[in-house]
Amino acid sequence: MLEGFNFRIIWEYMPLFLEGLRNTFLISIISIFLALIVGVIACGGRLSRWKFLRGISIIYIESIRSTPLLVQIYFFYFGLPTLGIRIPEIQTGILALMLNSGAYIAEIVRAGITSVPNGQIEAGMSSGLNYFQRMRFIILPQAIGVTVPPLLGQAIVLVKDSALLSLISVMELTRCGQVLTSERFMPSEAFFTVAFLYLCIYFCLKYLADWSQKRLIFKETY
Amino acid sequence: MIADYFQRLIEIFPFFLKGLWMTAIVSCLGLIFGTIFGFIMGVLRSQKVRLFNWPIGIFVSVIRGTPFVVQIFIVFFIFPEWGIQLNAFSAAVLALTILGTAFICEIVAGGIKAVPKGQWEASASSGLSIVKQLRLVIIPQALRTILPPLVGQYVLLIKDSSVVSVIGVVELTRVGWLTVVRIPEGLMVFSLVGILYFVISYPLIRLSNGLEKKLSVGQISL
Repeated sequence: MLEGFNFRIIWEYMPLFLEGLRNTFLISIISIFLALIVGVIACGGRLSRWKFLRGISIIYIESIRSTPLLVQIYFFYFGLPTLGIRIPEIQTGILALMLNSGAYIAEIVRAGITSVPNGQIEAGMSSGLNYFQRMRFIILPQAIGVTVPPLLGQAIVLVKDSALLSLISVMELTRCGQVLTSERFMPSEAFFTVAFLYLCIYFCLKYLADWSQKRLIFKETY
Repeated sequence: MIADYFQRLIEIFPFFLKGLWMTAIVSCLGLIFGTIFGFIMGVLRSQKVRLFNWPIGIFVSVIRGTPFVVQIFIVFFIFPEWGIQLNAFSAAVLALTILGTAFICEIVAGGIKAVPKGQWEASASSGLSIVKQLRLVIIPQALRTILPPLVGQYVLLIKDSSVVSVIGVVELTRVGWLTVVRIPEGLMVFSLVGILYFVISYPLIRLSNGLEKKLSVGQISL
């Protein structure tokens, strides 16, 4: 099934693939970083005492989680110009990825914070620690360990999701495959190379996630 | 102006319902086949037979490590080169089935692994054959851990079905895309698309959360 697989064309288009890989990297790193900020803010709103903030965060999180990313991307891509906002496709894409991952990260962070047993918080209170001290010394050190592995899982999802930006013609890895297909009509060379490069990223992140799963989650000791 | 667009949007609303119907059919077929194959593969994977474990492991990593868009392009453009002719609809169902199989396989294998070893030993010493052990003892208990993430996976599959719009299946997202060309009001059109997805996904998300709460109650922790 691979006879006639043309390695020379892959070599010829290597600079293009590397550029795509670089763009995928950049998009993913910028989006995950911004999504982390959005996620922590949304999680703060979700756990807040004010009903209004809580309501807004819940609407944001649930509406993102129950609609497809592609619809969200199109929403911004076709929607922002009608509001008179014209930004490059790549920024539209990063905006959509940021808001999408932010909602999932908010849930991950919330699960981390609520995983700290109530007894710990009560113990902190009765030791006379105030809210910020409790956060700083008791909740966060335990919550972060639980949060890191699923966050890396979300990073994997984000890298894969960034492939959808090819549909609004952002020049990332999948788009390179489409370019090679349309210029030379060699879909198998194009998409197997793209898939291979994605797999390389996946295995690196997966290794990191497994490692953090082993190292960072505190095992209760009796 | 906006009221005018809104009027036209209402006029073509049946078109959206048709798209919703297509989304429902494609994702339903995908998740039914995915569940069947996923269960078979998951059971095989949990048995730790070398012959199956290796290929299934590679299959699952490859599917989980590459973006769904790339998988769809491979199914749609490259399978025909190997002599498998597919129209857009069957390519979409096939791609969703492959995706669902890989993810459900992991869920099922994890659920079966979570059943205590004593149950295997007890059922084996009661003289049940391996098929009966699985059917009568192991799988009913494993379902408790399998069901909530399985329903969650269905939500993901329904959302991922939006991506099949790229190969020209006229489902909900594609309808939105076709509409926005004629009614240049991206926010409105894709809000409508989003709401329709929300109507299917949100109840399923609630169901998944409800199942998780309900099924974890009976779990006896030693």
